Amino acid sequence: MAAKKPPETPNVSKDDLLHFYREMLLIRRFEEKAGQLYGMGLIGGFCHLYIGQEAVVVGLEAAAKPGDKRITSYRDHGHMLACGMDPKGVMAELTGRAGGYSRGKGGSMHMFSKDKHFYGGHGIVAAQVPLGAGLAFADKYLGNDNVTFTYFGDGAANQGQVYETYNMAELWNLPVVFVIENNQYAMGTSMKRATRSTTLWERGAAYGIKGEAVDGMDVLAVKAAGEKAVAICRAGEGPYILEMMTYRYRGHSMSDPAKYRTREEVQKMRDEKDAIEHVRDLLVQGGHATDEDLKAIDRDIKAVVNDSAEFAKQSPEPDLAELWTDIYA
Amino acid sequence: MATQILMPALSPTMEEGTLAKWLVKEGDSVKSGQILAEIETDKATMEFEAVDEGVIGKLLVAEGTAGVKVNTPIAEMAGESGAASAPSAPAVAAAGKTLSVPEPLSQPVPAAPAPVKAPQAASPDWPVGTPTKTMTVREALREALAEEMRSNDRVFLMGEEVGEYQGAYKISQGLLDEFGPKRVIDTPITEHGFTGLAVGAAFGGLNPVLEFMTFNFSMQAIDQIINSAAKTLYMSGGQMGCPIVFRGPNGAAARVGAQHSQDYAAWYAHIPGLKVAMPYSAADAKGLLKTAIRDPNPVIFLENEILYGRSFEVPVLEDFTIPFGKAKVWRTGTDVTIVSFGIGMTHALEAAENLAKDGISAEVIDLRTLRPIDYDTVLASVQKTNRCVTVEEGWPVGAIGNHLSATIMTRAFDYLDAPVLNCTGKDVPMPYAANLEKLALVTTAEIVEAVKSVCYR
Repeated sequence: MAAKKPPETPNVSKDDLLHFYREMLLIRRFEEKAGQLYGMGLIGGFCHLYIGQEAVVVGLEAAAKPGDKRITSYRDHGHMLACGMDPKGVMAELTGRAGGYSRGKGGSMHMFSKDKHFYGGHGIVAAQVPLGAGLAFADKYLGNDNVTFTYFGDGAANQGQVYETYNMAELWNLPVVFVIENNQYAMGTSMKRATRSTTLWERGAAYGIKGEAVDGMDVLAVKAAGEKAVAICRAGEGPYILEMMTYRYRGHSMSDPAKYRTREEVQKMRDEKDAIEHVRDLLVQGGHATDEDLKAIDRDIKAVVNDSAEFAKQSPEPDLAELWTDIYA
Repeated sequence: MATQILMPALSPTMEEGTLAKWLVKEGDSVKSGQILAEIETDKATMEFEAVDEGVIGKLLVAEGTAGVKVNTPIAEMAGESGAASAPSAPAVAAAGKTLSVPEPLSQPVPAAPAPVKAPQAASPDWPVGTPTKTMTVREALREALAEEMRSNDRVFLMGEEVGEYQGAYKISQGLLDEFGPKRVIDTPITEHGFTGLAVGAAFGGLNPVLEFMTFNFSMQAIDQIINSAAKTLYMSGGQMGCPIVFRGPNGAAARVGAQHSQDYAAWYAHIPGLKVAMPYSAADAKGLLKTAIRDPNPVIFLENEILYGRSFEVPVLEDFTIPFGKAKVWRTGTDVTIVSFGIGMTHALEAAENLAKDGISAEVIDLRTLRPIDYDTVLASVQKTNRCVTVEEGWPVGAIGNHLSATIMTRAFDYLDAPVLNCTGKDVPMPYAANLEKLALVTTAEIVEAVKSVCYR
């Protein structure tokens, strides 16, 4: 908790703050539960948790309007919850059950929701970057004012296709917000062991794309930056880059012991920068919520998460005939 | 003393061209580098220039003459000093704006032998009595694109040089004029990026037709084709389809070396989630491309540069399509079944013609699509002929022919009177030298030999 920066001009309502608190807490508790289920062998394969980075997706979703699209990498549970996908469907996909968003055929890394305009869930580092620009291309072609949030990490930022995409996105003024979730580690490789060009958003300048770095642990700062970026894109002046300075508390995936950083480093971030504690402080110190109010929210969230876990355990495995479906439309 | 100026080859596959315009006249003094004439290939108009100084003597070929073979003398030139200074063969060099394009562009139209007169199909894809017109594969593809773009405004064409340049192989000629830059989109040279972008646009509700200048360049983008386009429907439990066509020339052209001469039929046919079409004739090119553009799945559409300039009969119908998964029997026969697709059909049909002279009756089947494959037509034929030879340009390991052999063995073993033989390209990167390249490709003679072997003749 410790000293954080003073709350910025509270250009935000009490309801908004409570909403952010709730949404971020949902992601954290959901991910903790996913971690538990993984430990119990109910979730298999790769499972990349979003714990620590919650403010990024919650802040940006607050800047989005219905119809806007989002696409991300394999660390995707937070994005799905933040855009309103059902925790039960997400958790049941993690357990590979028929009730999952992909009927058990996608898994942790590959979920989609046409309803919520969530376009995955992509397992190849940076592949979602041109895909996201393509979604924006479609919206521009169709003449609507939707914006696509294209998320990728600091690791993906070194892939060539990101820069091929920057070039075309600026050339064609596509309405895409490139959101670099810079959690400082590409799996086990810290950014300074991967590049000398560590201010990632500035790389857009080579293509004429503007952008900025944002405190990705501060949901209000994220929302403000998101609103600015979205306005630029809706005005036909996209793309725009937001480099979210954030941090993941857990390993790269469940099987990562995270020996490449110290416990102290992680603890320091949790103590000083935690996004949920930040909002909690704003709520309590501003007199917008009592401890009792927040405890009630905690209980609600816990129930939602437990329900999702229960659903994910009870949902049957997919019918064997599912092996042969959805190969061709 | 006069030297001869010869008709230049302005591209690797050029055999002949039209001498469109003389820019000098008899008696003119010309300087090195001066433009002498404009020459048309069926792709482009090229300027060519004098290598040496001299005085133009007689113009041997009048302007406007079409079909001037490469290396035909087209003019005489006297050296300035009166001596024979100009080397006779390469007295001219191509120059000018049309050459200032990236390297892979320099590989146009029809190759070697004079177009074989396409035999009439035994089982036509159109009603008896339908009028037809003679059309090149190139024109057929362009018609298919234009028709589909007219009928569905979510169809757009994207790729390198498809717009202002009018297509590296002129498949998209005129489309920019008709449909404008919103729907005929020139990309930077950035296959990985624009392929991902087009796949994303398909997720977003559009119907992109993506041109690879050649399929060799699709290797830059293969992750997006396989991991993003082919698999997303499955990974999303059926929610997120990808209606996109990846098209362009595939396989060897002529003398363009190992990195530009490769057949990707077997590569893409391996992938569940993709469909793969590989037309031989102009009618199939048109009918299959229209089907591909309407298909809700990602389709790999493998064209062939050498076939672009070949002419076939195409039915005159308002909306002519060919379904996927339906092979075409080009020639009926009783002694052996020859199965091929794409440019392999050229050799298969030629072999059948030669074999007929030796009294061997070959049935020739064009698969037309490799995913799905029309197994039934192949098996029915093999059950009749009891022998099968497959023909393809690609490499022998993991070939389409291997897969057909296995299928026939599994499903028609008792009907076989001989092992199925696979005629393929040789198991080597494509060499540049003319004689070695010829050796590396599958040949008609090899097919004849294989057929005789399975017929024990």
